[in-house]
Amino acid sequence: MPIPSAILTLVLGMLLVLGGLWIGQNINLLPVDASANAPIYDELFRVLFSIGTILFVGIVGLILFSLVRFRRRPGQLGDGLALEGNLPLEVFWTAVPAIVVLFVGLYSYDIYERMGGMVPLGHGNHGSETMVDQRIWGGIGSTQDSQTATTAGIPPLPIEVTAMQFAFLFHYPDGDIISGEMHVPVDRPVSLRMEAKDVIHAFWIPEFRLKQDVIPGQPTVLDFTPTRTGNYSIVCAELCGPYHGGMRSSVVVDSADDFDTWLQSNRKPTAAEA
Amino acid sequence: MTITAPPKTAPASPSLQPTGWLRYLSFSVDHKVIGIQYLVCGFAFYLIGGAMAGAIRTELLSPVSDFMARDVYNQILTLHGTVMIFLWIVPVVNGAFGNYLIPFYVGARDMAYPRLNAVAFWLIPPAGLMLISSYFITGAAQSGWTAYPPLSITTPATGQIIWILSVLLLGGSSIFGGINFIATILKLRRPGLKLMQLPMYCWAMLGTSILVVLSTPVLAGTLIMLSFDIVAHTGFFNPGMGGNVVVYQHLFWFYSHPAVYIMVLPAFGLVSEILPVHCRKPLFGYTTMVYSIMAIVVLGLVVWAHHMFTSGTPPWMRLFFTIATAFIAVPTGIKFFNWLATLWGGRISLNSAVLFSCGFIVNFVLGGITGVALAQVPFDVHVHDTYFVVAHFHYIVYGGSVFVIFASIYHWYPKITGRMLDEHLGRLHFLLTFVGFNLCFAPQHWLGLNGMPRRVAEYDPQFQLVNQISSAGALLMAISTLPFLWNVIASAFHGAIAGDNPWRALTPEWLTSSPPPVENWKGDPPLVTHPYGYGTPADEIDLNSASGSDLWRSGQ
Repeated sequence: MPIPSAILTLVLGMLLVLGGLWIGQNINLLPVDASANAPIYDELFRVLFSIGTILFVGIVGLILFSLVRFRRRPGQLGDGLALEGNLPLEVFWTAVPAIVVLFVGLYSYDIYERMGGMVPLGHGNHGSETMVDQRIWGGIGSTQDSQTATTAGIPPLPIEVTAMQFAFLFHYPDGDIISGEMHVPVDRPVSLRMEAKDVIHAFWIPEFRLKQDVIPGQPTVLDFTPTRTGNYSIVCAELCGPYHGGMRSSVVVDSADDFDTWLQSNRKPTAAEA
Repeated sequence: MTITAPPKTAPASPSLQPTGWLRYLSFSVDHKVIGIQYLVCGFAFYLIGGAMAGAIRTELLSPVSDFMARDVYNQILTLHGTVMIFLWIVPVVNGAFGNYLIPFYVGARDMAYPRLNAVAFWLIPPAGLMLISSYFITGAAQSGWTAYPPLSITTPATGQIIWILSVLLLGGSSIFGGINFIATILKLRRPGLKLMQLPMYCWAMLGTSILVVLSTPVLAGTLIMLSFDIVAHTGFFNPGMGGNVVVYQHLFWFYSHPAVYIMVLPAFGLVSEILPVHCRKPLFGYTTMVYSIMAIVVLGLVVWAHHMFTSGTPPWMRLFFTIATAFIAVPTGIKFFNWLATLWGGRISLNSAVLFSCGFIVNFVLGGITGVALAQVPFDVHVHDTYFVVAHFHYIVYGGSVFVIFASIYHWYPKITGRMLDEHLGRLHFLLTFVGFNLCFAPQHWLGLNGMPRRVAEYDPQFQLVNQISSAGALLMAISTLPFLWNVIASAFHGAIAGDNPWRALTPEWLTSSPPPVENWKGDPPLVTHPYGYGTPADEIDLNSASGSDLWRSGQ
């Protein structure tokens, strides 16, 4: 059995790794990033994309090479080598995936923590006393730990989200505003408390890399910090009935001033003003 | 008083059963007949499920909902998922090939419980017909194949109840089959045949059957509770009555994640049978292959919550299921490297069976890589319930199981019919399927990453072009079935005569006539203790001239 020389294998392996790293770093498959945790997510994506490319190209390359190199020529009726196993080789290719998987797992745990995924929930951002007997389970991106929030020290903007067939409704406790479109100021943490009226929905903003199911009978929370002004889609990602595909809304990330203007113009007049 | 015992009714001897094509429409207890029944019935449902996929891809040609009503779209996608999983892949990779091959592999004349076996098959056609007819009678279920409450409780009840009933029947069929395989493999082995001498497909079916027997009853119980919620207005999963909708998801995925392994483990086993024959090499790393199957069985049972990373799952649970899920890549990786090592240094015939097997490896590697990515909570949170998952899932079950089903048909058709399939049509079939499949599903990764959720009839217009490319791939996949259908039908009448062992294979089913006689062997079942002994002196004997029992009785 002809085995490529060690040097050739080494060179091919290095080319494969460098190529995979280059592809992972330079080919962008994701939409624009518009929240504080989106760049952290994209970092993980690039690592996974690089490792995946290296594995995929390597394995497909090996298959194609074998099919061409070891194809049966006309008239060839004999057998291949009676090779039934090779313990060091098998230990090697058990250990390598195990190490890769362990590395990916630890790395993504780190990413998860940086996104605020491990923060204990029910930290009372929005009146935990009112929900003592409710289980609050949350999504990634808790403001208490996310870097922008701690460094800036700005109190998060609370918004109550209600999902129903087939719309999202946003209620701003400050100013008692109800809106069909979500407005948030840029660079300020936002804290969503989400409830569903009928069936399960999922709240997803692709540009924020965030998704959280909105579950009837079980409020969920989702915290994030938008970092880029603009208009982004809010998409329902959980099959919720015939008009599920049409259940889309948008989030407008305003500058701080624009947001104040929007807040003032929509604020219900208080008793004193009336 | 004398009591005369009633005359004992002898079990119907296989020779008294209908012969010819009529036996396939009878309650036959012959495992080979039942295997073919599973295969043909499954393929009929594949064509029906494929037509539904065609309807879905037609709707998605444009961003608005214009091809069918929205609720009809949801019915079609529910039926497509249910038909393809419960009526095509699971019955075929388990029931069809398991029934046909396992008794040969253990050296038995039939399965352990032949009548139970026939019952298991005959539950499928009525369940499938009931499921599909619900579409025409009252409207089918429209809450997806996952049937998450409260949606499944609030959508029209009749279709949902029929869906539950038919899945219960199909689950029952699966459990009967699983018990039968475990009993056959463990108890009916020919004396002298050790477990570690069995062909790899036996191990795959043993692992699969353990999963079936452990997890399917959980699904059955869950669906019975769900049907109570629908018809008797109990409150297990109804939040309006204090029920918990997330509990349903835990119970559902406790079955439905292992279901993925119920679909791919037998496929792994089948590929392990096909590759050594056509590479003329022993299966590399037999022992590690066995251990990796069992590792997949154990790990497969403890990863279900990775489907629920966005369901409000507590952080510790996300962490545990991330690690458990990612670690399935290790035993799976071992199997892939072993297949590569089987290819390496072989004398590979590039026939249709090998092309489909290698197509499977390529597709499944990509599906596996996206699977490890999806196991990472931060990654999953963005792409969960999007077309990225649709792409990943189809790479696993179509690129994995369906490619292997086709490889297996090309490999075992000569044994089943005694005639060869046409190789040119087979390669055309492979080319169209492989190109069509990748054209259809590869672009869907991008769709999911960029914001297209799954199960939608209408979508953001920016995704139209990529959806059209995907639909073109689906059309190619539909066309690819035509050369295949022509091939299997025409070759049954006009194909070249195959002989008993056209591939010069060493597994026991090839050591009898093609097609095999009732009760499998004219004489004693052969004792095959070295099913992959290619390249060893045993193979130098001309297998076509020696009868199986002569050759193998010595147990070399």
